[in-house]
Amino acid sequence: MSCEKKAAAQIVLLMAGAAMLCFGVWRGEAATVLSKAIKLCLECVGIG
Amino acid sequence: MGKKFSGISQTMSRFRGWIQAGATLLTNLHLPNFLKGGLYQGAGKTVCVPGLNCYSCPAAFGACPIGAFQAVVGSSKFSFSYYITGFLILLGVLLGRFICGFLCPFGWFQELLHKIPTKKLSTKRLKPLTYLKYAVLLVMVFLLPAFLVNDVGMGDPFFCKYLCPQGVLEGAIPLSLANSGIRAALGKLFTWKFSILLSVIALSVLFYRPFCKWLCPLGAFYALFNRVSLFQMKVDKNKCISCGKCARACKMDVDVTKTPNHTECIRCGMCIRACPTKAVCFRYGFGDGKDKAKAAETLQTNNNNREE
Ligand code: SF4
Ligand code: SF4
Ligand code: SF4
Repeated sequence: MSCEKKAAAQIVLLMAGAAMLCFGVWRGEAATVLSKAIKLCLECVGIG
Repeated sequence: MGKKFSGISQTMSRFRGWIQAGATLLTNLHLPNFLKGGLYQGAGKTVCVPGLNCYSCPAAFGACPIGAFQAVVGSSKFSFSYYITGFLILLGVLLGRFICGFLCPFGWFQELLHKIPTKKLSTKRLKPLTYLKYAVLLVMVFLLPAFLVNDVGMGDPFFCKYLCPQGVLEGAIPLSLANSGIRAALGKLFTWKFSILLSVIALSVLFYRPFCKWLCPLGAFYALFNRVSLFQMKVDKNKCISCGKCARACKMDVDVTKTPNHTECIRCGMCIRACPTKAVCFRYGFGDGKDKAKAAETLQTNNNNREE
């Protein structure tokens, strides 16, 4: 990959990542993450 | 190659253990919760941490990206997580597997175990196993939680439930020690996951980072971004004397002179410290720095010609 192509790929991916993150927050995914993360995750600890 | 990058690379590699310890502490800031036997429940847990760190660890400050992804895709509302995928793409491009080498608590745990003085075994012949982690990522983290759902459209977090040893290490063990209710609730599933943890511990003493190499879905995701990450390895061909010391020092079975941005490179810097001519260093920036280096070389040649 040439230097310019690599830089372009990096910029496009950064923008795509930021856009996906914002879209996810906008449609309410962050709230789902919070509600799972503050409670004891039964599967993680091996209860079920 | 800039002396600045070389100096920073040497220092970072030398103090990597301390940086790993600091990162583990920052990821788990709520230490008093270990005594209380409960979890931190603040808004900080909306945001993920970069490494594999269980959100059921009493001290955890943020959410685990792999657990969070499964929680979103396994919920009845969503079958894909743009929030976590976007977050991981950003981290993948900004840092790549530098996160594995410097910031992940479970990576550090395996490294500490590997310091136990016993006979060490090479993983070079087990290279095909490195592809297993991509299957774990696709099947256990995405496909099964998203599509094997119950009547109300909810799926189990398969990786958390059946494979991840970090949930037992950071969650089940400290919580069950401090909380008798949790201790009483542990059953067969716990025994299964505890056996996985014990196996990973035993393997980590013999092999270098077996979980990272073969099973970790988070490492697999970051590995996909190593080639385009802003954090890169650079080898100065003018300084390299092809002694092979860097490749021999690498415990991830990478030859940095041939594939500096290999998927398995965790940017640990062992090759940097092993190189007798300081030809290897970290580089951070867009592109791969080759054009700038070439331009500098051309400028130097032109100047030399003019002086003659
Ligand atoms: S069990 Fe493992 S994957 Fe699941 S939340 Fe805990 S650390 Fe993350
Ligand atoms: S491969 Fe996974 S467990 Fe290993 S350091 Fe990377 S994120 Fe952590
Ligand atoms: S090539 Fe190997 S020794 Fe060098 S930074 Fe990467 S993983 Fe570490």
